[in-house]
Amino acid sequence: MKLSPEEVQKIAHLARLELKEGEVEVFSSQLSSILTYIEKLNQLNTEGIEPTAHAMEVPTPFRKDEVKQEISKESSLINAPHREGDYFKVPKVIG
Amino acid sequence: MSLHAQTIHELHKKLKKKEITATEITEDVFKRIESVEDKLHSYVHLCRDHALEAAKAADKIIQTKKDFSPLTGIPMGLKDIFLTKGRPTTCASRILEGYIPPYSATSASKLFEHNIVLTGKLNMDEFAMGSSTETSVYGPTRNPWNLDYIPGGSSGGSATAVAAGECIAALGTDTGGSIRQPASHCGIVGLKPTYGRVSRYGVIAFASSLDQVGPIAKDVTDCALILQAIAGWDPKDSTSLNLPVPDYNKALNPTIKGLKIGIPEEYFVEGMDPEVTHAVKTAIETYKKLGAHCEPVSLPHTEYAVATYYIIAPAEASSNLSRYDGVRYGYRNQQSKDLIETYKKTRTEGFGNEVKRRIMLGTYVLSAGYYDAYYLKAQKVRTLIRKDFEKAFKTFDVLITPCSPTPAFKIGEKTSDPLQMYLSDIFTINVNLAGLPGMVLPCGLSSKGLPIGLQIIGPHFGEEKILQAGFAFEQATDWHTKRPPL
Repeated sequence: MKLSPEEVQKIAHLARLELKEGEVEVFSSQLSSILTYIEKLNQLNTEGIEPTAHAMEVPTPFRKDEVKQEISKESSLINAPHREGDYFKVPKVIG
Repeated sequence: MSLHAQTIHELHKKLKKKEITATEITEDVFKRIESVEDKLHSYVHLCRDHALEAAKAADKIIQTKKDFSPLTGIPMGLKDIFLTKGRPTTCASRILEGYIPPYSATSASKLFEHNIVLTGKLNMDEFAMGSSTETSVYGPTRNPWNLDYIPGGSSGGSATAVAAGECIAALGTDTGGSIRQPASHCGIVGLKPTYGRVSRYGVIAFASSLDQVGPIAKDVTDCALILQAIAGWDPKDSTSLNLPVPDYNKALNPTIKGLKIGIPEEYFVEGMDPEVTHAVKTAIETYKKLGAHCEPVSLPHTEYAVATYYIIAPAEASSNLSRYDGVRYGYRNQQSKDLIETYKKTRTEGFGNEVKRRIMLGTYVLSAGYYDAYYLKAQKVRTLIRKDFEKAFKTFDVLITPCSPTPAFKIGEKTSDPLQMYLSDIFTINVNLAGLPGMVLPCGLSSKGLPIGLQIIGPHFGEEKILQAGFAFEQATDWHTKRPPL
Protein backbone atom coordinates (compact mmCIF):
# COMPACT_ATOMS: atom_id res chain seq x y z
CA MET A 1 0.00 0.00 0.00
CA LYS A 2 1.63 3.23 -1.15
CA LEU A 3 0.28 6.56 0.04
CA SER A 4 0.75 9.52 -2.29
CA PRO A 5 1.82 12.92 -0.91
CA GLU A 6 -1.71 14.20 -1.69
CA GLU A 7 -3.27 11.40 0.36
CA VAL A 8 -0.93 12.14 3.27
CA GLN A 9 -1.90 15.83 3.09
CA LYS A 10 -5.57 14.86 3.13
CA ILE A 11 -5.11 12.59 6.17
CA ALA A 12 -3.17 15.36 7.96
CA HIS A 13 -6.05 17.78 7.29
CA LEU A 14 -8.61 15.26 8.64
CA ALA A 15 -6.42 14.86 11.76
CA ARG A 16 -6.06 18.67 12.04
CA LEU A 17 -2.30 18.61 11.55
CA GLU A 18 -0.08 20.66 9.24
CA LEU A 19 2.85 19.10 7.42
CA LYS A 20 5.81 20.88 5.87
CA GLU A 21 7.03 19.74 2.47
CA GLY A 22 9.91 17.54 3.67
CA GLU A 23 7.66 16.00 6.33
CA VAL A 24 5.09 14.88 3.74
CA GLU A 25 7.69 12.67 2.07
CA VAL A 26 8.96 11.18 5.35
CA PHE A 27 5.47 10.42 6.67
CA SER A 28 4.35 9.12 3.29
CA SER A 29 7.20 6.61 3.14
CA GLN A 30 6.87 5.58 6.83
CA LEU A 31 3.07 5.21 6.72
CA SER A 32 3.31 3.29 3.43
CA SER A 33 5.74 0.76 4.90
CA ILE A 34 3.53 0.28 7.98
CA LEU A 35 0.41 -0.17 5.80
CA THR A 36 2.26 -2.68 3.62
CA TYR A 37 3.17 -4.66 6.72
CA ILE A 38 -0.45 -4.52 7.91
CA GLU A 39 -1.62 -6.13 4.64
CA LYS A 40 -0.36 -9.37 6.17
CA LEU A 41 -3.82 -9.68 7.72
CA ASN A 42 -5.31 -10.34 4.27
CA GLN A 43 -3.64 -13.77 4.35
CA LEU A 44 -6.28 -14.76 6.90
CA ASN A 45 -9.84 -15.76 6.03
CA THR A 46 -12.02 -14.03 8.61
CA GLU A 47 -15.41 -14.82 7.10
CA GLY A 48 -17.97 -15.53 9.81
CA ILE A 49 -15.59 -14.46 12.63
CA GLU A 50 -17.14 -12.09 15.16
CA PRO A 51 -15.12 -8.89 15.74
CA THR A 52 -13.68 -8.25 19.22
CA ALA A 53 -14.23 -4.67 20.41
CA HIS A 54 -13.24 -5.37 24.02
CA ALA A 55 -11.32 -8.38 25.25
CA MET A 56 -13.78 -9.11 28.05
CA GLU A 57 -17.29 -10.08 27.02
CA VAL A 58 -19.40 -8.28 29.59
CA PRO A 59 -22.78 -6.61 29.25
CA THR A 60 -22.90 -2.80 29.17
CA PRO A 61 -23.25 -1.64 32.77
CA PHE A 62 -25.99 0.84 33.62
CA ARG A 63 -26.11 3.43 36.37
CA LYS A 64 -28.73 5.82 37.66
CA ASP A 65 -29.05 9.07 35.73
CA GLU A 66 -28.10 11.35 38.60
CA VAL A 67 -26.48 14.75 38.51
CA LYS A 68 -23.27 14.88 40.54
CA GLN A 69 -20.89 17.78 40.88
CA GLU A 70 -17.46 16.36 41.53
CA ILE A 71 -15.46 18.99 39.72
CA SER A 72 -16.41 22.62 40.26
CA LYS A 73 -16.95 25.05 37.39
CA GLU A 74 -13.91 27.02 38.49
CA SER A 75 -11.57 24.01 38.60
CA SER A 76 -12.72 22.87 35.17
CA LEU A 77 -11.87 26.31 33.77
CA ILE A 78 -8.58 26.76 35.58
CA ASN A 79 -6.49 25.15 32.83
CA ALA A 80 -8.05 27.16 30.00
CA PRO A 81 -5.37 28.74 27.77
CA HIS A 82 -7.78 31.65 27.24
CA ARG A 83 -10.98 32.38 29.12
CA GLU A 84 -13.49 35.14 29.69
CA GLY A 85 -15.52 34.86 32.88
CA ASP A 86 -17.02 31.39 32.99
CA TYR A 87 -16.33 30.70 29.32
CA PHE A 88 -13.53 29.20 27.24
CA LYS A 89 -12.51 31.79 24.68
CA VAL A 90 -11.57 30.83 21.10
CA PRO A 91 -10.97 32.80 17.88
CA LYS A 92 -14.12 33.51 15.93
CA VAL A 93 -15.68 30.50 14.19
CA ILE A 94 -17.89 32.24 11.61
CA GLY A 95 -16.56 35.22 9.68
CA MET B 1 21.83 -2.48 52.29
CA SER B 2 20.74 1.12 51.70
CA LEU B 3 17.07 1.78 52.30
CA HIS B 4 16.46 2.83 48.68
CA ALA B 5 17.65 -0.58 47.42
CA GLN B 6 15.13 -2.54 49.51
CA THR B 7 11.69 -3.90 48.69
CA ILE B 8 8.33 -2.75 50.05
CA HIS B 9 7.94 -5.88 52.19
CA GLU B 10 11.45 -5.56 53.66
CA LEU B 11 10.90 -1.89 54.53
CA HIS B 12 7.43 -2.61 55.94
CA LYS B 13 8.87 -5.14 58.39
CA LYS B 14 11.41 -2.58 59.60
CA LEU B 15 8.77 0.14 59.87
CA LYS B 16 6.64 -2.21 61.95
CA LYS B 17 9.51 -2.99 64.31
CA LYS B 18 10.22 0.78 64.53
CA GLU B 19 13.78 0.20 63.33
CA ILE B 20 13.39 2.92 60.70
CA THR B 21 10.96 5.74 59.84
CA ALA B 22 9.21 6.69 56.61
CA THR B 23 11.06 10.01 56.78
CA GLU B 24 14.41 8.20 56.79
CA ILE B 25 13.38 6.09 53.77
CA THR B 26 12.17 9.18 51.91
CA GLU B 27 15.36 11.13 52.67
CA ASP B 28 17.47 8.21 51.49
CA VAL B 29 15.47 7.89 48.24
CA PHE B 30 15.88 11.63 47.51
CA LYS B 31 19.61 11.39 48.25
CA ARG B 32 19.76 8.59 45.70
CA ILE B 33 17.80 10.71 43.20
CA GLU B 34 20.35 13.53 43.68
CA SER B 35 23.24 11.21 42.90
CA VAL B 36 21.88 9.31 39.85
CA GLU B 37 19.07 11.36 38.28
CA ASP B 38 21.45 13.39 36.08
CA LYS B 39 22.63 10.17 34.45
CA LEU B 40 19.25 8.46 34.10
CA HIS B 41 16.57 11.14 33.70
CA SER B 42 13.82 8.97 35.21
CA TYR B 43 11.66 11.89 36.40
CA VAL B 44 9.84 14.73 34.68
CA HIS B 45 8.60 16.25 37.94
CA LEU B 46 9.83 15.77 41.51
CA CYS B 47 7.66 16.28 44.63
CA ARG B 48 10.39 16.55 47.27
CA ASP B 49 8.65 18.93 49.71
CA HIS B 50 5.30 17.18 49.44
CA ALA B 51 7.05 13.85 49.85
CA LEU B 52 8.72 14.84 53.11
CA GLU B 53 5.37 16.09 54.45
CA ALA B 54 3.67 12.86 53.36
CA ALA B 55 6.44 10.85 55.05
CA LYS B 56 5.88 12.75 58.33
CA ALA B 57 2.15 12.07 58.10
CA ALA B 58 2.86 8.38 57.44
CA ASP B 59 5.20 8.24 60.45
CA LYS B 60 2.35 9.54 62.65
CA ILE B 61 0.10 6.72 61.42
CA ILE B 62 2.86 4.17 61.98
CA GLN B 63 3.42 5.41 65.54
CA THR B 64 -0.25 5.34 66.50
CA LYS B 65 -1.70 2.39 64.59
CA LYS B 66 -0.86 -1.21 65.29
CA ASP B 67 -1.85 -2.38 61.85
CA PHE B 68 -1.06 -0.23 58.87
CA SER B 69 -0.96 -0.93 55.15
CA PRO B 70 2.25 -2.45 53.75
CA LEU B 71 2.35 0.60 51.44
CA THR B 72 2.19 3.19 54.25
CA GLY B 73 5.28 5.42 54.21
CA ILE B 74 6.68 3.79 51.05
CA PRO B 75 8.13 6.25 48.48
CA MET B 76 6.49 5.49 45.13
CA GLY B 77 6.55 7.19 41.73
CA LEU B 78 3.83 7.47 39.11
CA LYS B 79 4.23 7.43 35.34
CA ASP B 80 3.31 10.92 34.11
CA ILE B 81 0.16 9.49 32.48
CA PHE B 82 -1.69 9.33 35.85
CA LEU B 83 -3.64 12.47 36.72
CA THR B 84 -2.52 13.81 40.11
CA LYS B 85 -4.69 16.54 41.57
CA GLY B 86 -2.76 19.78 41.94
CA ARG B 87 0.50 18.37 40.51
CA PRO B 88 1.63 18.73 36.89
CA THR B 89 0.69 15.91 34.50
CA THR B 90 2.00 16.12 30.94
CA CYS B 91 2.10 12.61 29.42
CA ALA B 92 5.59 13.76 28.30
CA SER B 93 3.94 15.95 25.65
CA ARG B 94 4.23 19.65 24.89
CA ILE B 95 0.47 19.72 24.30
CA LEU B 96 -0.14 19.25 28.05
CA GLU B 97 2.44 21.86 29.02
CA GLY B 98 1.43 23.52 32.29
CA TYR B 99 -1.60 21.27 32.82
CA ILE B 100 -2.61 20.84 36.49
CA PRO B 101 -5.34 18.19 36.84
CA PRO B 102 -8.40 19.05 38.96
CA TYR B 103 -8.73 15.41 40.10
CA SER B 104 -6.61 12.26 40.55
CA ALA B 105 -6.71 8.90 38.79
CA THR B 106 -8.54 6.25 40.85
CA SER B 107 -5.42 4.06 41.04
CA ALA B 108 -3.36 7.02 42.33
CA SER B 109 -6.08 7.97 44.86
CA LYS B 110 -6.12 4.40 46.13
CA LEU B 111 -2.36 4.53 46.75
CA PHE B 112 -2.77 7.88 48.53
CA GLU B 113 -5.43 6.27 50.76
CA HIS B 114 -2.76 3.76 51.75
CA ASN B 115 -0.52 6.73 52.68
CA ILE B 116 2.26 6.17 50.18
CA VAL B 117 4.85 8.92 49.74
CA LEU B 118 4.63 10.25 46.16
CA THR B 119 8.19 10.96 44.96
CA GLY B 120 7.22 12.45 41.60
CA LYS B 121 6.08 11.85 38.03
CA LEU B 122 8.10 9.56 35.81
CA ASN B 123 9.27 9.94 32.23
CA MET B 124 7.64 8.01 29.41
CA ASP B 125 7.22 7.95 25.66
CA GLU B 126 4.92 10.80 24.61
CA PHE B 127 1.32 9.62 25.20
CA ALA B 128 2.80 6.15 25.91
CA MET B 129 3.55 5.73 22.20
CA GLY B 130 6.92 4.05 21.98
CA SER B 131 9.08 1.18 23.18
CA SER B 132 12.16 3.11 24.28
CA THR B 133 11.20 6.32 26.19
CA GLU B 134 12.90 8.27 23.39
CA THR B 135 9.75 10.10 22.22
CA SER B 136 9.34 12.10 25.46
CA VAL B 137 9.37 15.85 24.87
CA TYR B 138 11.70 16.03 27.90
CA GLY B 139 14.32 13.81 26.25
CA PRO B 140 15.21 10.14 26.69
CA THR B 141 15.64 8.12 29.87
CA ARG B 142 18.75 5.92 30.06
CA ASN B 143 19.09 2.29 31.11
CA PRO B 144 20.80 2.06 34.54
CA TRP B 145 22.59 -1.16 33.47
CA ASN B 146 24.31 0.68 30.62
CA LEU B 147 23.70 4.36 29.96
CA ASP B 148 24.12 3.98 26.18
CA TYR B 149 21.05 1.75 26.03
CA ILE B 150 17.32 2.48 26.09
CA PRO B 151 15.39 1.43 29.22
CA GLY B 152 12.42 0.16 27.20
CA GLY B 153 9.11 1.94 27.06
CA SER B 154 6.75 3.43 27.29
CA SER B 155 6.97 3.25 31.13
CA GLY B 156 10.77 3.67 30.91
CA GLY B 157 11.11 6.22 33.73
CA SER B 158 9.07 4.01 36.07
CA ALA B 159 11.36 1.05 35.34
CA THR B 160 14.66 2.93 35.70
CA ALA B 161 13.57 4.69 38.89
CA VAL B 162 12.66 1.35 40.52
CA ALA B 163 15.78 -0.46 39.25
CA ALA B 164 18.09 2.33 40.41
CA GLY B 165 16.38 2.97 43.78
CA GLU B 166 14.99 6.41 42.86
CA CYS B 167 11.71 5.15 44.30
CA ILE B 168 10.79 1.85 45.94
CA ALA B 169 8.10 0.95 43.41
CA ALA B 170 5.99 2.64 40.74
CA LEU B 171 2.85 2.44 38.65
CA GLY B 172 2.99 2.15 34.89
CA THR B 173 0.50 1.53 32.12
CA ASP B 174 0.59 -1.17 29.46
CA THR B 175 -1.14 -0.93 26.07
CA GLY B 176 1.15 -3.21 24.07
CA GLY B 177 3.90 -4.08 26.56
CA SER B 178 4.67 -0.73 28.18
CA ILE B 179 4.98 -2.14 31.72
CA ARG B 180 6.50 -5.52 30.85
CA GLN B 181 9.11 -4.60 28.24
CA PRO B 182 10.83 -1.83 30.31
CA ALA B 183 10.69 -4.09 33.40
CA SER B 184 12.42 -6.76 31.30
CA HIS B 185 15.08 -4.36 30.01
CA CYS B 186 15.77 -2.99 33.51
CA GLY B 187 15.87 -6.33 35.35
CA ILE B 188 12.84 -5.85 37.59
CA VAL B 189 9.25 -7.14 37.85
CA GLY B 190 6.27 -5.66 36.00
CA LEU B 191 2.68 -6.85 36.04
CA LYS B 192 -0.06 -6.03 33.54
CA PRO B 193 -3.34 -7.14 35.11
CA THR B 194 -6.38 -8.48 33.24
CA TYR B 195 -8.25 -5.81 31.25
CA GLY B 196 -10.88 -4.48 33.69
CA ARG B 197 -9.06 -5.54 36.88
CA VAL B 198 -7.77 -2.02 37.65
CA SER B 199 -9.67 1.23 36.96
CA ARG B 200 -8.50 3.38 34.05
CA TYR B 201 -10.30 6.47 35.38
CA GLY B 202 -7.95 9.45 35.32
CA VAL B 203 -5.32 7.65 33.26
CA ILE B 204 -4.74 9.62 30.07
CA ALA B 205 -6.22 7.44 27.33
CA PHE B 206 -4.13 6.00 24.50
CA ALA B 207 -6.03 2.93 23.18
CA SER B 208 -9.00 2.40 25.47
CA SER B 209 -9.69 -1.26 24.63
CA LEU B 210 -6.06 -2.18 25.43
CA ASP B 211 -4.81 0.20 28.17
CA GLN B 212 -4.31 -1.23 31.65
CA VAL B 213 -2.63 0.00 34.86
CA GLY B 214 -0.13 -2.10 36.81
CA PRO B 215 2.77 -2.20 39.26
CA ILE B 216 6.50 -2.05 38.50
CA ALA B 217 8.54 -3.28 41.48
CA LYS B 218 11.67 -5.08 42.61
CA ASP B 219 10.03 -8.45 43.18
CA VAL B 220 6.83 -10.48 42.81
CA THR B 221 5.76 -9.93 46.44
CA ASP B 222 5.86 -6.15 45.99
CA CYS B 223 3.79 -6.45 42.79
CA ALA B 224 1.18 -8.48 44.70
CA LEU B 225 1.03 -5.84 47.48
CA ILE B 226 0.48 -3.01 45.00
CA LEU B 227 -2.05 -4.94 42.94
CA GLN B 228 -4.00 -5.61 46.14
CA ALA B 229 -4.27 -1.86 46.72
CA ILE B 230 -5.28 -0.80 43.20
CA ALA B 231 -7.44 -3.69 41.95
CA GLY B 232 -11.22 -3.59 41.97
CA TRP B 233 -14.35 -2.17 40.47
CA ASP B 234 -14.66 1.58 39.98
CA PRO B 235 -18.06 3.05 39.17
CA LYS B 236 -16.19 5.78 37.26
CA ASP B 237 -14.75 3.26 34.77
CA SER B 238 -17.52 1.29 33.07
CA THR B 239 -14.97 -1.22 31.72
CA SER B 240 -13.67 -2.12 35.18
CA LEU B 241 -15.24 -5.36 36.35
CA ASN B 242 -17.28 -5.82 39.49
CA LEU B 243 -15.66 -9.01 40.73
CA PRO B 244 -14.26 -9.70 44.21
CA VAL B 245 -10.53 -9.01 44.65
CA PRO B 246 -8.74 -12.09 45.98
CA ASP B 247 -6.03 -12.00 48.67
CA TYR B 248 -3.00 -11.96 46.36
CA ASN B 249 -0.61 -12.52 49.24
CA LYS B 250 -2.07 -16.00 49.66
CA ALA B 251 -1.06 -16.80 46.09
CA LEU B 252 2.61 -16.46 47.02
CA ASN B 253 3.18 -20.15 47.59
CA PRO B 254 6.40 -21.58 46.16
CA THR B 255 5.05 -25.15 45.82
CA ILE B 256 4.12 -25.55 42.17
CA LYS B 257 4.31 -29.33 41.80
CA GLY B 258 1.94 -30.34 39.02
CA LEU B 259 1.50 -26.81 37.64
CA LYS B 260 0.79 -27.09 33.91
CA ILE B 261 2.95 -24.69 31.90
CA GLY B 262 2.51 -24.19 28.17
CA ILE B 263 5.49 -23.07 26.07
CA PRO B 264 4.15 -21.36 22.90
CA GLU B 265 6.42 -22.46 20.05
CA GLU B 266 5.70 -19.31 18.00
CA TYR B 267 7.55 -17.28 20.66
CA PHE B 268 10.90 -18.77 19.78
CA VAL B 269 11.39 -17.19 16.38
CA GLU B 270 14.25 -16.83 13.94
CA GLY B 271 16.34 -13.74 14.45
CA MET B 272 15.92 -13.87 18.20
CA ASP B 273 18.96 -13.17 20.35
CA PRO B 274 20.36 -16.64 21.29
CA GLU B 275 21.15 -15.37 24.80
CA VAL B 276 17.45 -14.61 25.31
CA THR B 277 16.46 -18.08 24.07
CA HIS B 278 19.05 -19.65 26.37
CA ALA B 279 17.95 -17.70 29.46
CA VAL B 280 14.27 -18.55 28.91
CA LYS B 281 15.01 -22.23 28.22
CA THR B 282 17.09 -22.35 31.42
CA ALA B 283 14.13 -20.86 33.30
CA ILE B 284 11.89 -23.60 31.87
CA GLU B 285 14.37 -26.20 33.20
CA THR B 286 14.09 -24.55 36.63
CA TYR B 287 10.31 -24.95 36.47
CA LYS B 288 10.68 -28.62 35.53
CA LYS B 289 12.95 -29.17 38.54
CA LEU B 290 10.28 -27.56 40.74
CA GLY B 291 7.82 -30.20 39.57
CA ALA B 292 5.89 -28.27 36.91
CA HIS B 293 4.75 -30.01 33.73
CA CYS B 294 6.09 -28.02 30.78
CA GLU B 295 4.70 -28.86 27.33
CA PRO B 296 4.82 -27.08 23.98
CA VAL B 297 1.63 -25.39 22.77
CA SER B 298 0.76 -23.59 19.54
CA LEU B 299 -0.75 -20.09 19.30
CA PRO B 300 -1.02 -20.07 15.49
CA HIS B 301 -2.11 -16.43 15.05
CA THR B 302 0.83 -14.96 17.00
CA GLU B 303 2.51 -13.57 13.88
CA TYR B 304 -0.53 -11.37 13.11
CA ALA B 305 -0.49 -9.56 16.46
CA VAL B 306 1.72 -6.62 15.51
CA ALA B 307 -0.30 -5.89 12.34
CA THR B 308 -3.58 -6.16 14.29
CA TYR B 309 -2.28 -3.91 17.04
CA TYR B 310 -1.05 -1.23 14.65
CA ILE B 311 -4.56 -0.85 13.29
CA ILE B 312 -6.51 -1.01 16.55
CA ALA B 313 -4.20 1.07 18.77
CA PRO B 314 -3.68 4.02 16.34
CA ALA B 315 -7.40 4.02 15.44
CA GLU B 316 -8.39 4.35 19.09
CA ALA B 317 -5.56 6.83 19.71
CA SER B 318 -6.60 9.10 16.83
CA SER B 319 -10.06 9.29 18.37
CA ASN B 320 -8.84 9.74 21.97
CA LEU B 321 -6.31 12.42 21.05
CA SER B 322 -8.86 14.53 19.15
CA ARG B 323 -9.60 16.15 22.54
CA TYR B 324 -6.30 18.07 22.40
CA ASP B 325 -7.53 21.11 20.54
CA GLY B 326 -6.04 23.97 22.57
CA VAL B 327 -9.45 25.08 23.87
CA ARG B 328 -9.90 23.71 27.39
CA TYR B 329 -6.41 22.91 28.70
CA GLY B 330 -2.77 22.58 27.77
CA TYR B 331 -0.83 24.31 25.02
CA ARG B 332 -2.50 26.64 22.52
CA ASN B 333 -1.07 28.49 19.54
CA GLN B 334 -2.31 32.02 20.27
CA GLN B 335 -1.54 33.55 16.86
CA SER B 336 -4.19 31.74 14.82
CA LYS B 337 -6.90 33.74 13.10
CA ASP B 338 -9.72 31.22 13.17
CA LEU B 339 -10.69 28.05 15.01
CA ILE B 340 -9.50 25.50 12.41
CA GLU B 341 -6.12 27.21 12.28
CA THR B 342 -6.00 27.16 16.10
CA TYR B 343 -6.61 23.41 16.09
CA LYS B 344 -4.05 22.75 13.37
CA LYS B 345 -1.25 24.96 14.71
CA THR B 346 -1.83 23.84 18.31
CA ARG B 347 -1.71 20.15 17.41
CA THR B 348 1.18 20.54 14.96
CA GLU B 349 3.31 22.38 17.54
CA GLY B 350 2.06 20.34 20.52
CA PHE B 351 2.54 16.75 19.31
CA GLY B 352 5.80 14.99 18.49
CA ASN B 353 6.40 12.95 15.34
CA GLU B 354 5.56 9.48 16.71
CA VAL B 355 2.23 10.76 18.03
CA LYS B 356 1.50 12.46 14.69
CA ARG B 357 2.38 9.26 12.83
CA ARG B 358 -0.05 7.20 14.90
CA ILE B 359 -2.81 9.81 14.74
CA MET B 360 -2.49 9.85 10.93
CA LEU B 361 -2.38 6.04 10.72
CA GLY B 362 -5.51 5.84 12.86
CA THR B 363 -7.25 8.60 10.93
CA TYR B 364 -6.51 6.78 7.67
CA VAL B 365 -7.74 3.34 8.77
CA LEU B 366 -10.96 4.86 10.14
CA SER B 367 -11.58 7.16 7.17
CA ALA B 368 -14.56 6.72 4.83
CA GLY B 369 -14.28 3.56 2.73
CA TYR B 370 -11.44 1.96 4.72
CA TYR B 371 -13.17 0.93 7.96
CA ASP B 372 -14.06 -2.64 6.90
CA ALA B 373 -10.71 -3.32 5.26
CA TYR B 374 -8.70 -2.24 8.30
CA TYR B 375 -10.45 -1.74 11.64
CA LEU B 376 -13.12 -4.41 11.25
CA LYS B 377 -10.62 -6.86 9.78
CA ALA B 378 -8.25 -6.24 12.72
CA GLN B 379 -11.07 -6.77 15.22
CA LYS B 380 -11.82 -10.11 13.61
CA VAL B 381 -8.19 -11.19 13.75
CA ARG B 382 -8.22 -10.05 17.37
CA THR B 383 -10.93 -12.67 17.96
CA LEU B 384 -8.70 -15.35 16.42
CA ILE B 385 -5.77 -14.31 18.64
CA ARG B 386 -8.03 -14.37 21.73
CA LYS B 387 -9.35 -17.83 20.83
CA ASP B 388 -5.81 -19.22 20.49
CA PHE B 389 -5.23 -18.30 24.13
CA GLU B 390 -8.64 -19.54 25.30
CA LYS B 391 -7.86 -22.92 23.77
CA ALA B 392 -4.40 -23.05 25.37
CA PHE B 393 -5.82 -22.23 28.82
CA LYS B 394 -8.14 -25.25 28.61
CA THR B 395 -4.98 -27.35 29.04
CA PHE B 396 -2.50 -25.08 30.81
CA ASP B 397 -2.46 -23.01 34.01
CA VAL B 398 0.03 -20.46 32.66
CA LEU B 399 2.14 -19.86 29.55
CA ILE B 400 5.82 -18.95 29.64
CA THR B 401 7.58 -16.93 26.93
CA PRO B 402 10.42 -14.47 26.49
CA CYS B 403 9.31 -10.83 26.98
CA SER B 404 11.35 -9.31 24.20
CA PRO B 405 13.29 -10.91 21.32
CA THR B 406 16.47 -9.06 22.35
CA PRO B 407 17.83 -7.28 25.44
CA ALA B 408 17.70 -3.46 25.37
CA PHE B 409 18.96 -1.80 22.18
CA LYS B 410 21.12 1.31 21.88
CA ILE B 411 19.68 4.82 22.16
CA GLY B 412 18.94 6.10 18.64
CA GLU B 413 19.21 2.66 17.02
CA LYS B 414 15.57 2.37 15.94
CA THR B 415 14.27 5.94 15.96
CA SER B 416 14.41 6.38 12.18
CA ASP B 417 12.59 3.13 11.38
CA PRO B 418 9.19 3.04 13.14
CA LEU B 419 8.30 -0.43 11.84
CA GLN B 420 11.46 -1.97 13.39
CA MET B 421 10.55 -0.29 16.68
CA TYR B 422 6.99 -1.70 16.47
CA LEU B 423 8.30 -5.22 15.82
CA SER B 424 10.27 -5.17 19.09
CA ASP B 425 6.91 -5.56 20.90
CA ILE B 426 6.09 -8.83 19.15
CA PHE B 427 5.86 -10.94 22.35
CA THR B 428 3.87 -8.56 24.54
CA ILE B 429 1.16 -7.18 22.23
CA ASN B 430 -0.87 -10.42 22.03
CA VAL B 431 -1.54 -10.30 25.75
CA ASN B 432 -3.21 -6.87 25.44
CA LEU B 433 -5.24 -7.90 22.40
CA ALA B 434 -6.57 -10.87 24.38
CA GLY B 435 -7.03 -8.80 27.59
CA LEU B 436 -4.96 -11.28 29.63
CA PRO B 437 -2.76 -10.71 32.68
CA GLY B 438 0.98 -10.95 32.06
CA MET B 439 3.98 -10.54 34.34
CA VAL B 440 7.65 -10.16 33.52
CA LEU B 441 10.48 -11.00 35.88
CA PRO B 442 14.26 -11.17 35.45
CA CYS B 443 15.72 -14.54 34.34
CA GLY B 444 19.23 -13.70 33.15
CA LEU B 445 21.88 -11.22 32.06
CA SER B 446 23.37 -11.00 28.58
CA SER B 447 27.15 -11.14 27.99
CA LYS B 448 26.99 -7.32 27.77
CA GLY B 449 25.44 -7.23 31.23
CA LEU B 450 21.90 -6.33 30.10
CA PRO B 451 18.88 -7.95 31.79
CA ILE B 452 16.68 -10.58 30.12
CA GLY B 453 13.04 -11.01 31.17
CA LEU B 454 10.72 -13.99 31.42
CA GLN B 455 7.02 -13.47 30.67
CA ILE B 456 4.31 -15.45 32.46
CA ILE B 457 0.83 -15.19 30.91
CA GLY B 458 -2.35 -16.25 32.71
CA PRO B 459 -6.01 -16.68 31.80
CA HIS B 460 -8.49 -13.81 32.42
CA PHE B 461 -8.39 -12.96 36.15
CA GLY B 462 -5.57 -15.48 36.62
CA GLU B 463 -3.33 -13.00 38.47
CA GLU B 464 -2.97 -15.44 41.39
CA LYS B 465 -1.62 -18.14 39.06
CA ILE B 466 1.02 -15.91 37.50
CA LEU B 467 2.02 -14.45 40.87
CA GLN B 468 2.48 -17.96 42.23
CA ALA B 469 4.51 -19.10 39.22
CA GLY B 470 6.66 -15.96 39.45
CA PHE B 471 7.14 -16.30 43.21
CA ALA B 472 8.23 -19.94 42.86
CA PHE B 473 10.82 -18.91 40.25
CA GLU B 474 12.15 -16.15 42.51
CA GLN B 475 12.49 -18.57 45.43
CA ALA B 476 14.54 -20.92 43.25
CA THR B 477 16.81 -18.28 41.63
CA ASP B 478 18.49 -15.01 42.58
CA TRP B 479 18.02 -12.90 39.44
CA HIS B 480 15.59 -10.59 41.27
CA THR B 481 18.34 -9.62 43.73
CA LYS B 482 20.66 -8.25 41.02
CA ARG B 483 20.95 -4.47 40.89
CA PRO B 484 22.50 -2.28 38.19
CA PRO B 485 26.15 -1.28 38.83
CA LEU B 486 25.38 2.42 38.99
